[in-house]
Amino acid sequence: MTGSIQNRDAFLTQIAKSLGRERRSKGVAVPAWKHRPQDEVLKGATQDELVEVLKTQCMKIHTSLVVTNLQDLPAKLGETVSNYGGGPVISWKDERFSQWGLDPLMKKGWKEKDIELYEWDESKGSENIRQAEKSNVGITISEITLAESGTVVLYTDKDKGRTVSFLPATYICLVPKSSIVPRMTQAAQKMREMHHQGKQVSSCVNFITGPSNSADIELNLVVGVHGPIKATYIVIEDL
Amino acid sequence: MSMKIGEDKFKERVGKGIDNTFMRGAVAGAQERMGTRRENATEELGNWEEWRSHGEEIRKHVLENLDFYLEQLSENVAARGGHVFFAQTAAEANEYIQGVAKSKNAKKVVKAKSMVTEEISLNSALQQAGCEVIETDLGEYILQVDDHDPPSHIVVPALHKNKEQIRDVFAEKLGYQKTSKPEELALHARQKLREEFMSADIGITGCNFAVAETGSFSLVTNEGNADLVTSLPKTQITVMGMERLVPTFEEMEVLVSLLTRSSVGQKLTSYITVLTGPREELETDGPEEFHLVIVDNGRSSILGGEFQSVLNCIRCAACINVCPVYRQVGGHSYGSIYSGPIGAVLSPLLGGYDEFKELPYATTLCGACTEVCPVKIPLHELLHKHRQVIVEKEGRAPFAEKMAMKAFGMGASSPALYKLGTKFVPSVMSPFTDGDKISKGPGPLKLWTDSRDFPAPNKERFRDWFKNRDKGGKES
Ligand code: SF4
Repeated sequence: MTGSIQNRDAFLTQIAKSLGRERRSKGVAVPAWKHRPQDEVLKGATQDELVEVLKTQCMKIHTSLVVTNLQDLPAKLGETVSNYGGGPVISWKDERFSQWGLDPLMKKGWKEKDIELYEWDESKGSENIRQAEKSNVGITISEITLAESGTVVLYTDKDKGRTVSFLPATYICLVPKSSIVPRMTQAAQKMREMHHQGKQVSSCVNFITGPSNSADIELNLVVGVHGPIKATYIVIEDL
Repeated sequence: MSMKIGEDKFKERVGKGIDNTFMRGAVAGAQERMGTRRENATEELGNWEEWRSHGEEIRKHVLENLDFYLEQLSENVAARGGHVFFAQTAAEANEYIQGVAKSKNAKKVVKAKSMVTEEISLNSALQQAGCEVIETDLGEYILQVDDHDPPSHIVVPALHKNKEQIRDVFAEKLGYQKTSKPEELALHARQKLREEFMSADIGITGCNFAVAETGSFSLVTNEGNADLVTSLPKTQITVMGMERLVPTFEEMEVLVSLLTRSSVGQKLTSYITVLTGPREELETDGPEEFHLVIVDNGRSSILGGEFQSVLNCIRCAACINVCPVYRQVGGHSYGSIYSGPIGAVLSPLLGGYDEFKELPYATTLCGACTEVCPVKIPLHELLHKHRQVIVEKEGRAPFAEKMAMKAFGMGASSPALYKLGTKFVPSVMSPFTDGDKISKGPGPLKLWTDSRDFPAPNKERFRDWFKNRDKGGKES
């Protein structure tokens, strides 16, 4: 992939002229800001306290929250999917599902119950999108979870399609307890660190806070406009 | 649609706005609800002033070094395989985008809500290029289905319509047969729009904040429509006003937090999406091709001048939601896609004084807008400055209110306009009241008292005053 840049010089020269100085192409560093209120939010909170904050926030964002451990995870996930009306289910292709003991449920249990599971597969091209569109449930994993706002953070890649969290009618996100941080500040810092370590930031990072909604009709909240209509986070305590 | 909406004269627009009972009720109710939500969301932080100061320092730094950060942004977008086009004018931006559409042989374009694309009239440019354009934000979609009714609010575009009107529009244009329940209306739109997303050739978005360090940009929505716009079509075009960027993810985070709390009173909206370049090799959703169009369209002439701080704006609409004039006259009265206090400051700068010179007078200088602005734009001072500029340019007597009366079609000397604002501050005012004249007002009111003494506030309401205007605007 090669990019391109057009018309830049005249444009930037005009800006410098308006600012009454020469063009600046280098030598600008992000200053040490005078104010940093964002560091104060939930400062020093323990992981347990963050889970409590997340719980409270989930009630405000129309999102169910289940707290469980690895042992009970399959049962809880199975239950949530059934409550949402069963399949078809679509998930990322992610080794963690298997590491967390979900194979018996996802690969066998569901089959027996006629709950269809489709796993994202880059070799199948746009078939992935078609599958996501017709799915009832989408399942992904949160990389970073923001307690303050009740937000899960997803990094897209070839095995982790963007549309898994948008096209299905309902959405489930697995949340390792250790992924919970106070707020977006810590997520932004992590993303920046990764960039500085030479790891390319993902082409799409989603910060998802509950189901899709709109207040465009007389300011009435309608849940589920373009994206999922319902959402559940499953927090896994021993991860 | 261009920045200017409708052909009516200012006076007629205001009259229409005031006569529209549903609209006025809706606006008043919306202001109250959004205002309360904003207050709760900002007060719960306990140090909102710190946040505002931080927002302001970030925006200031970026504007002072805008050429540097835009260069860095463009390098990083191109390094990730994106195409960057710098457009000095609306026409250049539109031509470029038409060119992309033609080269893709595009028939259908889906769009996520974006003020800058409205500003440059992109939709009609795309139609000229043979594309069908579909707005996917629910509010924008409703307006589009209703023969392109103009938006009346920058965050809630269809605020002036009630659910029965929306049902009737859907019934007439889309064959909708259900009730006026918002859930059913929204579900219908969801189904219709799904088909459009799946078959669109190009997706177009605006940009909340671009990130120079990584060549990324963020989109902030509640509906998730922007995510479908950027996941499904093969080609994506993002249009950004040239000032809408930050140095790194860390500053982006702060501005996103300021935006979501100030505009809708949420800690974060449902979907905040950070995109960098087109899809990577082997990824199967997301665009194959990504274009970023950076638009000047008059912004550089604001830069470096006394109105520079208006470019701090993050389009949260908090100022609109507290404005007593907007409450009475509604968004359409401004005749610009940018309404409320921000519209009254920005429209004359981007669209020219000839078109928008009444707007700086469609305010009371009460200062409520300045108080809530999350990036500390001194809106009421900028409005006052506009009046000075207009007076200087037109060579009129330097009495702001004379011009105000003229602009409002009154031709009388009564300074009734300010009462609209003072109605909201009588308790603050009383210590300064000397009989029925005030000689020195606090804070924002100082601007008025600087030029003259004026009567103490009474309970007259703007609409009563406005009704009286043709009778010479005598005090009621
Ligand atoms: S001027 Fe300030 S309050 Fe108004 S929309 Fe812009 S950022 Fe928000």
